[in-house]
Amino acid sequence: MEIKLWINDKLITDNVEPDMPMLEFLREKGFYSVKRGCETSNCGLCTVWLEGKPVLSCTVPLMRADGKHITTLEGLQKEAAEFGAFLADEGADQCGFCNPGFIMNVLAMERDIDDPTDEEIKEYLSGNLCRCTGYTGQFRAVKKYLAHKRGVNKNE
Amino acid sequence: MLRCNKYIFAESLEEAYELNQKKNNVIIGGNGWLRLRKRQWGTVIDISRLGLDKIEEDAEQFRIGAMVCLSDIEKHKGLNAYTHNALKESLKHIVGTQFRNCVTVGGSIYGRFGFSDVLSIFIVMDSYAELYKGGIVPMYEFAKMPYDRDILVSIIVKKKPLHIAYSSFRNQSTDFPVLTCAVAVGENKITTAIGARPSRADIRTDSTEALKDIEKYASDTAKSFDYQSNMRASAEYREHIAEVLIKRTLEKTEVPYGN
Repeated sequence: MEIKLWINDKLITDNVEPDMPMLEFLREKGFYSVKRGCETSNCGLCTVWLEGKPVLSCTVPLMRADGKHITTLEGLQKEAAEFGAFLADEGADQCGFCNPGFIMNVLAMERDIDDPTDEEIKEYLSGNLCRCTGYTGQFRAVKKYLAHKRGVNKNE
Repeated sequence: MLRCNKYIFAESLEEAYELNQKKNNVIIGGNGWLRLRKRQWGTVIDISRLGLDKIEEDAEQFRIGAMVCLSDIEKHKGLNAYTHNALKESLKHIVGTQFRNCVTVGGSIYGRFGFSDVLSIFIVMDSYAELYKGGIVPMYEFAKMPYDRDILVSIIVKKKPLHIAYSSFRNQSTDFPVLTCAVAVGENKITTAIGARPSRADIRTDSTEALKDIEKYASDTAKSFDYQSNMRASAEYREHIAEVLIKRTLEKTEVPYGN
């Protein structure tokens, strides 16, 4: 089937199988930040944005993205590197496999909720599983990153 | 993984209905459950371009389109105000933000899944399933209906003044619930739903007189449902949890009782 969509603001047209998951398509196109994890809609590793909203690319049929905009970590390099530095400073990653999906969801939360409470942070990120860290370091990193961003925004 | 020969965006409900009469075809919601089925479909029918992704509110009711995603319901100020955040409470434990941005209320309600938090809360409200051919059916009746080839167009929630509360019990955060409980109190009636028994949510309705002895109400109501065992919990455990959840959920409604 014919499909036309934008990935990180670049227009892509292609002919695809009708049942292709978005995850497969993105990896075929070289967006390797999009990880294949549980493939049962649970782990959050494959998180991308569809029209600015974080979704599971293993779950969304590619055809539903026809005419829409997808954003992957490759399209948010500057912000990803900035938050990634906070993760590194807090020793919040070990294998790092969950990082791309986690970072995508943290950056979505930053846009979605102004000054989230601890409870809101935990709720928003509850769909991102990490089997290494126990989440404490990640939580510290998110808090420090958000505080840093608030400081930056105030100074602008 | 979803497997199909064709993927069609329906241009009207009539077209979707006609396509859906073939048993090998299926209407897709958010693909949260469909993709886990081991089946090759003929045609997957997508109704996401029919304007069913809106929540309309007026003085008497909410009309929630079948393609509204769970996170849009969770964030809807009117629904949260009406349900005293009970609706939000019922949804926030379902997997995660990204999942709730994908899956639709139509898929959740049409599926009438035993584990459904969504069905458990809607069934205690004065809510209705609007079917394309079958008309408007009370939710508690729809919950018992067998699957057919009709299309769920929207969910209607009448703004009857109710005190609504919701609780669920999970072995692990974001997992399927072991048990769900929703309570609505109003107009001298108390309606309690128990879901994830693990079968479909069902309700019991009593006079608010029963609230004079909340312990007895919780115990009697819990015993009136039937329970089964599965990998998450035994039937006996579920029955025990039900009594506790009913009592706690009643307390959350903040309705005066015991007088």
